[in-house]
Amino acid sequence: MTAAIEMVDVLDEPKAIEGRSPFVLAVHRLRKDKVAMISLAVILLIVLMAIFAPVFTAITGHPPNEQYRDIGLTPDGLPRGPNGTFWLGTDDLGRDILVRIAYGARVSLLVGVIATAITVVIGVVLGLAAGFLGGITDTVLARLIDVVLSVPFLLVAIALVSVTGPSLTVTVLVIGCFSWASVARIVRGQVLSLREREFVEAARSLGAGDGRIMFVDVLPNVMAPVIVYTTLLIPVVIVTQATLSFLGLGLPPPTADWGGMISSSQNYYTTAWWFILFPGLALLITTLAFNLFGDGVRDAFDPRADRT
Amino acid sequence: MTTDVLLKVENVRKEFPTHSKEVVQAVAGVSLEVHKGETLGLVGETGCGKSTLARCMAHLYDVTSGSVTFEGQDITKLSRKAMRPLRRDVQVIFQDPYGSLNPRRRVGSIIGDPFAIHNIASGNERKKKVQELMELVGLNPEHYNRFPAEFSGGQRQRIGVARALALRPKLVICDEPVSALDVSIQAQIINLLADLQKEFDLTYVFISHDLSVVRHVSNRIAVMYLGKIVELAPTDELFSQTRHPYTRALLSALPVADPDTADSREQIILGGDIPSATNPPEGCRFHTRCPKARLDCAAEEPPLEAVLDDSWQHRTACFYPLTVGEDLSTAVPDLKAS
Repeated sequence: MTAAIEMVDVLDEPKAIEGRSPFVLAVHRLRKDKVAMISLAVILLIVLMAIFAPVFTAITGHPPNEQYRDIGLTPDGLPRGPNGTFWLGTDDLGRDILVRIAYGARVSLLVGVIATAITVVIGVVLGLAAGFLGGITDTVLARLIDVVLSVPFLLVAIALVSVTGPSLTVTVLVIGCFSWASVARIVRGQVLSLREREFVEAARSLGAGDGRIMFVDVLPNVMAPVIVYTTLLIPVVIVTQATLSFLGLGLPPPTADWGGMISSSQNYYTTAWWFILFPGLALLITTLAFNLFGDGVRDAFDPRADRT
Repeated sequence: MTTDVLLKVENVRKEFPTHSKEVVQAVAGVSLEVHKGETLGLVGETGCGKSTLARCMAHLYDVTSGSVTFEGQDITKLSRKAMRPLRRDVQVIFQDPYGSLNPRRRVGSIIGDPFAIHNIASGNERKKKVQELMELVGLNPEHYNRFPAEFSGGQRQRIGVARALALRPKLVICDEPVSALDVSIQAQIINLLADLQKEFDLTYVFISHDLSVVRHVSNRIAVMYLGKIVELAPTDELFSQTRHPYTRALLSALPVADPDTADSREQIILGGDIPSATNPPEGCRFHTRCPKARLDCAAEEPPLEAVLDDSWQHRTACFYPLTVGEDLSTAVPDLKAS
């Protein structure tokens, strides 16, 4: 009996009216953006390549760090160009470049995502605190932001890595600890104006505390610029990681990573074009895809902004 | 009407620092009391300190000096934490129905905020209470999951009313609740507020710059000018026995539906602008624009007290209060020393 009544209720009740959140609307706009969608597809391909890197080993039969000094190098000891065995050629130690690019994607994406996440979390929390709490907190944090922004990042990174030795953790931490300041500055600026809005006063009149107002009322309103900045930050971080690797401060060999591959190709520009071209292309396509996707996200989340 | 005092404001001052060393005296020593069950209207020009006074009453601002007593407890010194339980009893309805609702949150979550903050109900119970409230204020409960941007101005103000009433407050401070709305919508919201007052035994402080609205809803009216109350009277008396020249000037500016009456009635046009609150005039703050100003008006500040044969219910801050029928349009200020 009760079941029957419930059945009727379900049938009679009109479908609950679901408002479309600004986020859902933005995603909707984004899905109509062809360039952004193609970029997203490229990004997904690269992610798949990273996840299924062992498949490349299985197909070619070449592990990423295996040195084929006999078949992978010319009799003069130079890298071999693209051929039936090594589709994208070999590097100076006779390793398969295709397999190493696939494994290198893991490093780039991992560093790109983790370092960006650290950056954004630190930046948002400190920016929120500075903008919302004001007073002495704001003064201290705003000065700290200025200091971090004016520190020559690369010099400090080089100094730090030369002390601790190169590793994935150090790379991620160095990037994370030096990039948050620009996020914090953006968030702080937004919060300063949001703080004066009447809905914040309304929350206060209901008895909400600072923490609740900051994270429940203010934070959702700064998420749009944060999401945009995040997507545009990932390619910057990937390039930074490659730069550190290029300078010999990335991952200890023989781990495959794009920056390191480009670095070791330096002496073979004239003799082995494939050695620099393919890792370079991988880096270029990845950052380009992220940047174009980031542009799409910005347009979708802020429809008023001019498309310049 | 009962005369139980619910909220008492005593000599409240609120000053804001400016970038130079001056201060803006937004509220410059106001005393009044709000009786249980009444609607106290608060009128005045833009910038006269009405909204600041309202925020002081709700302890959204710390007062510079003076005290606000709610049910016998001085709330001006309470910390934010100590104030929390009292927040349930004193609620505010804000002026801007666009700015006072968080654009990124669903309406159900906005109206449910009071329950969440005070840990009263959660989950399905909260949802049920929110939908009851939505029904109470004339919103479709099925719109629970919509965002504020999907509502009209009047509907948004209903959301604000629902949020303010969620915890069954004793005192609701309405800070220009209808000023941002179309006239036809204004009437709906005012009637809603009146119905809710009857149903839940609410006390209102109703702020507006629109005298006709205030007249319609209020039992008593306080007229503010430049941070001070110049006249405080039961609504009928304020209109029939206007004592303060500023009140009379405000009343004369009220639009009248009948053109014949409109042409023949007294028109008082005040000269000049409202003086700066950083540097208010000495003596009576209104003397620079008052048609009846005399030398002592500029020298001394008139206290807010019963004048002529008025009862204590009707208080006026004026040395030369108007009598019934006195013609103010021909009055000339005399500020020269004799």
